[in-house]
Amino acid sequence: MIKEVSIIDLVDVIRSKNAGPFELTFDIIFKDKDTYEKVKKSKVITKELIARLYQIPIDKILYFVEFDPANAIKATIVRPIDSGGIGETDVYGAQQHAPLLDIKIPIDEGKDQEE
Amino acid sequence: MNEIRVLSPVGMLGYGFPAESFQKGIEKKPHLIAADAGSTDAGPHKLGAGVGIVSKQATKKDLLLMLKAGYENRIPVIVGSAGGSGAEIHLKWTTEIVREIARENNLHFKMAIIHAEVEKDYLKGKLEKGKIKPLGPVANLTLKDIEEAIRIVAVMGVHPYIRALEAGAEVIIAGRSNDPAMFAALPIKENFDPGLALHMGKILECGAMASIPGTTSDCMMGYIRKDYFVVEPTNTKRKCVPSSVAAHSLYEKSSPLHIIGPEGVVDITGCRFEQYNERAVKVTGSKLIDSKIINIKLEGASMVAYRTICIAGIRDPIMIKQINECEEHVREAVLSYFCNIDPDDYKIIFHIYGKNGVMGELEPQKEIISHELCLILEVVAREQELANTICAFARSTLMHYSYQGRIATAGNLAFPYAPSDIPTGAVYRFNIHHLVEVDDPNELFSIEMVDV
Repeated sequence: MIKEVSIIDLVDVIRSKNAGPFELTFDIIFKDKDTYEKVKKSKVITKELIARLYQIPIDKILYFVEFDPANAIKATIVRPIDSGGIGETDVYGAQQHAPLLDIKIPIDEGKDQEE
Repeated sequence: MNEIRVLSPVGMLGYGFPAESFQKGIEKKPHLIAADAGSTDAGPHKLGAGVGIVSKQATKKDLLLMLKAGYENRIPVIVGSAGGSGAEIHLKWTTEIVREIARENNLHFKMAIIHAEVEKDYLKGKLEKGKIKPLGPVANLTLKDIEEAIRIVAVMGVHPYIRALEAGAEVIIAGRSNDPAMFAALPIKENFDPGLALHMGKILECGAMASIPGTTSDCMMGYIRKDYFVVEPTNTKRKCVPSSVAAHSLYEKSSPLHIIGPEGVVDITGCRFEQYNERAVKVTGSKLIDSKIINIKLEGASMVAYRTICIAGIRDPIMIKQINECEEHVREAVLSYFCNIDPDDYKIIFHIYGKNGVMGELEPQKEIISHELCLILEVVAREQELANTICAFARSTLMHYSYQGRIATAGNLAFPYAPSDIPTGAVYRFNIHHLVEVDDPNELFSIEMVDV
């Protein structure tokens, strides 16, 4: 049975932070290997999804990486304004993660029970 | 030597750490006590204005514990990125605190001061030779950028630290440094694997942040051996687990291939993170890909404007519905009233909390659902006086604007403070964030040895 699961129930960490003054990086770290692999398999979290959630052109996404050792997906975007520059809203970039919390992942739960 | 033990008491010098945790770390007989004191996180103001991130009192409190333990147990003590931004003024501020502590506690040691501020003429020469390139999404460096910068620092790797240690330094106070450098220098000097040493440094530089519960305000021990390293918080209330250490390896980095410094790039994509004992994690597989070309990162800040802000609350639902139109009206009124002033001389920014105050243009939630809004009316201008003037006019215009359907005719804004307008002074930006190619990783960093 495939069920839509909120990403909040699948992760240990979702965060945003400056990666230097000109980039903003998002870390999504899943609870365990199994969950991480299922999310990867679902192919829901992509460069395109990040671009859509933040309403930015795809070329503003500098890196999109699945990092197996940490069960993590990481994306880095160009900051709309450099840290502390005129028009800044978040100098540390630590509160830009909220749109990621709305992600839903279709997880096949029935199959697990059979196995 | 088959093991080097490094104690990181705190993720940011001046954030404070429990004395008991530190004592537990000292009992493990570390070969080095090191702390990072810097960051660009607090924005360009610290480098531009030449001020610190933490208070003198807090820095002194942390340093006192470190210097005393170092002196009593003959362990070298390193502070990197002194004073926050690691420029000359920050370095001086920190070394004065060190001297004060030494004087008050009768401590004596050989101190190395490693300078990191860069001469403008040197950079102009490098620019002419085409040896400077942008770091990340920034424009090419210009002569104007160099001239406009108030301060420029170079970010050192392990090399100047190794030199200072070789010269017999017992205390090292260094200017702007790559975060892992102050922790990795001793292991690299003693021929431990540089990839592991730098990766361990990356974990240690944030104190106990890579543990659970994570914090920068507690101690972490690093143990480096031949082909792995182990990290363990000294406070028994915390523990490292593979996910916390792996997660921290990504922290504040663009990608897992971005632990970059003058030494090269540390590739952690093939790392293994394993539980070593109940509270410690073992890491293997970090590899340094050294580059033939040595690049040193440069950071510079220039002053761009002066700022005045006004904070106000809005509770009227009729007005909240028309907040965008109200903003438009204020902008037009300012333009029209100050038609004799060049509109490029100032900028009005509406930070509307309850609408998109936190995320600005990245905010996906377009509709206002809050029953109240907080407005920070920000004006930046060429002169402080102009910023004050525009802010005052914009504020009074908004206060009394008769938006459509207005029935609360006394005033539109709730000010939490009198005076309502707050001049905040100079505004800076990072106008240099580039790499300079050097022949020698030490060439930008002079070392001064002094007896304290």
